[in-house]
Amino acid sequence: MNTDTEAIDLRIRSILKDHARLAQDAHAIGPDADLYQAGMTSHASVNVMLALEGAFDIEFPDHLLKRSVFSSISAIRSALSELVTA
Amino acid sequence: MSQPTTGRSLANELAERVPAKAAARLCVGIDLVEITQISNSLARFGQRFMSRLFTPAELAYASASPPLMAERLAARFAAKEAALKAFDMAESGIDWRDIEVVKREDGSCTLALHRKAARVAHEIGVSDIGLSLSHDGLYAAAVVTALPALPPHL
Repeated sequence: MNTDTEAIDLRIRSILKDHARLAQDAHAIGPDADLYQAGMTSHASVNVMLALEGAFDIEFPDHLLKRSVFSSISAIRSALSELVTA
Repeated sequence: MSQPTTGRSLANELAERVPAKAAARLCVGIDLVEITQISNSLARFGQRFMSRLFTPAELAYASASPPLMAERLAARFAAKEAALKAFDMAESGIDWRDIEVVKREDGSCTLALHRKAARVAHEIGVSDIGLSLSHDGLYAAAVVTALPALPPHL
């Protein structure tokens, strides 16, 4: 894992910690672990999306408004990479 | 004197009156929302939370009574999530504002679908949608139902 990925994951974890209402430590959860299984509700995932938009100065377009896009740290990172480089 | 109808023969009689293959599968979705979580989102994200999830008409109705705003938005958010479940649209890329709770003049609520949400529902044969909203104390809930005209994926 390169430094950029680590830095992005750290920012994602920080947002998850504040908004996802996970039943476990957002800084300890695996990058591919299912966040819904870890306690994130659909409403909490909206908060996560809004916080990501604020932190990365982006807006999630319709085609990324999918349950799976917010299902894990790696899935969020993948969506962000599409938006940040766009 | 006619013979009493046995359970068996009644079942046979009814079976003859029902099409051999059901033409539709009931769509149903439910969602439960903690109202204080909506209040928290309003406090944290304010206008962005409201304008991203709700239509101008939904916001106008909810904000018409400030003490009831959070529970009205909670019920509407629950309706949107229930519709995503009922019509299996969670992976379709649907804007929340394209699933709209419309208040009728008689006070009842109905669900209006727009853009991609309307297209997806049309594709699975949904026309008439049932909506039921409820809130009590800390929670708001919604149930969405529909009986598609055609079985999905045909």
